[in-house]
Amino acid sequence: MALMKSLVAKPWIWSFVGALLVWLATIAFTGGYGGGGMVTAALSLAVFTVIVGVGQMFVITLGPGNVDLSLPANIGLASAVAMKVMGGSDSMIVVGLLAALACGAAIGIVNYLLIWALRIPPIIATLSASFIIQSVDISYGRGLQIKPPPGFADFANWQISGVPVLAMLTVLFTVGAAVALQRMIYGRSVLAIGQNIRAAWLAGVNVGRIRFLTYTLSGALGGIDGALLAGYFRGANVDIGNEYLLASIAVVVIGGTSVAGGKANVPGVWGAALFLVLLLTMLNTFGVSAGVRLLLTGLIIVGVITAAGGEKAVR
Amino acid sequence: MTAATLDNSLKASSARGSAARARLLRGLLPALSLALVLLAIAWLNPRAISYFGFSLMLNLAIPIALATIAQMFVISGNELDLSIGTFVGFVGCVTATWLKDAPLVGVAILLGSIGIYALLGALIHLRNLPSIVVTLGMSFVWQGLAILVLPKPGGKAPDWLLAIMSFKPPFVPFPIIAALLIGLIVHFGLMRTSYGVILRGSGGNPAALRRAGWSLLKTKIVLFALAGLFGVISGMALIGITTSADANIGNGYTLLAIAGVILGGGEFVGGRVSPIGAVIGALTLALAASPLLTFMHIPPDWQVAANGAILIIVLAARVLISRRER
Repeated sequence: MALMKSLVAKPWIWSFVGALLVWLATIAFTGGYGGGGMVTAALSLAVFTVIVGVGQMFVITLGPGNVDLSLPANIGLASAVAMKVMGGSDSMIVVGLLAALACGAAIGIVNYLLIWALRIPPIIATLSASFIIQSVDISYGRGLQIKPPPGFADFANWQISGVPVLAMLTVLFTVGAAVALQRMIYGRSVLAIGQNIRAAWLAGVNVGRIRFLTYTLSGALGGIDGALLAGYFRGANVDIGNEYLLASIAVVVIGGTSVAGGKANVPGVWGAALFLVLLLTMLNTFGVSAGVRLLLTGLIIVGVITAAGGEKAVR
Repeated sequence: MTAATLDNSLKASSARGSAARARLLRGLLPALSLALVLLAIAWLNPRAISYFGFSLMLNLAIPIALATIAQMFVISGNELDLSIGTFVGFVGCVTATWLKDAPLVGVAILLGSIGIYALLGALIHLRNLPSIVVTLGMSFVWQGLAILVLPKPGGKAPDWLLAIMSFKPPFVPFPIIAALLIGLIVHFGLMRTSYGVILRGSGGNPAALRRAGWSLLKTKIVLFALAGLFGVISGMALIGITTSADANIGNGYTLLAIAGVILGGGEFVGGRVSPIGAVIGALTLALAASPLLTFMHIPPDWQVAANGAILIIVLAARVLISRRER
């Protein structure tokens, strides 16, 4: 009972409950058929949302106005860079991953430089950066039809008794992110800045450095995500990251992280990512048209946000 | 003592003078960037600076300017609308189908969609929701509805709309007249009327407004409804130019509209916006994005980058000016 109570008090539990309900609704519709396969597929797809979601979570936790809108463009460019560097050969996999990571991190650094040098809101900085990245990607990735190295594609799709290996690794990564957030100086500083940037500064937090690190981290995660996506879907694509603008922000908010900043929640990102992926699976299973699917996705996101409610920004 | 006071007051007045100059320069920045883009076009291709050239180059600037104004209303209330692009697309689809085939139903749908915008404003205020997330969700709703209304590109604009949009006044091209009208009307409404001050105040100092007895719920509803209204006009104008619709037709407008507001001297918080600036910002983007690049023989791949670069350059110039303002 006490366990129940403490579970209900956790903000992230609702995203898992939502995911479970959607899953149950789907297998009720199919008459129990394909329930396991659905979980496997949901786990493999949720991975990509979780990785960028964690980056976005750290950025949003920095406080009101902090958001990384360059993630879709970043993912698109990094996927092209990874595929080009790997060049379809297994020996270059690690180099390609590092190149994607570096490309993403560089984008994150540029984002922060724009915010810092032009003293503009992060929304505008990451937006203008994403305009430019998008063009670079279109120009660089034009007609790019390099398949990922077979070893990399196999790795991205590798499952051990129905559990995607990538998902296991991502669980490890999110555990690391949770530890970094709650137990390490970096994470505590991010939370402190989000709660009150001035107080954090007065308390000796190096605000500039922490914000710089956070935007770089978000960019680097976007880069890795792009490479993994290209491996999973067997090819890079300019539009490969498009859906991750909404997804990365939505999983953070649905997962119980405060949009006002200063309060983050790592497990919720997993729950929310599974919820979103299963929701799409459910709508596909029900056989609704593309228009209805988009309509319902939007309505459910607005509904969930409304139900979760916002909090007053503490100032 | 007196010398020191005199010295101080002199310093203060010269600082005031320099601050005033900086503010003036800052106010002129949107116009200067537009002039710069025009000069570049005139230098690269003198023939473009003509009645016909302007009508052609600025053709799509009208819907962009209207969408920018819509975004500006939302930004005045310290919110952001990430759904305006898909909303314009949705309106376009309704315009090319219902508004032509069954005008009354079409008008009802469009009025209803303005009502939804007003409700969103109320929802965001009452539940204290982040507008970015709500409007990002709504962008899917509008896109879904657009696909339901018009599954395949097509439809046809109503004849009266085509007639309005292809109007050819003497001497001055229609887009320029339209831009002037839009800018002046909104400028008068938002900057010169007393309720306009209240609307901007809801972004500038909401706490003070509430204590003075104004309803913040009402200002938010009005701002969002105005955004919806201008979104509807933008979508209709767009279809009047393109003559047929497509569910994805407005997708690029979300980012263009935000960029236009900022280029025009608007600020993200504090209710500091400028309608005329926003229209100028939209014109600059419309001109810089395609005609300028075409004349410079830059491949269309770099169109989006040009928008980003202009945004960064103008913002950098603004930082340089603001340093002097203090």
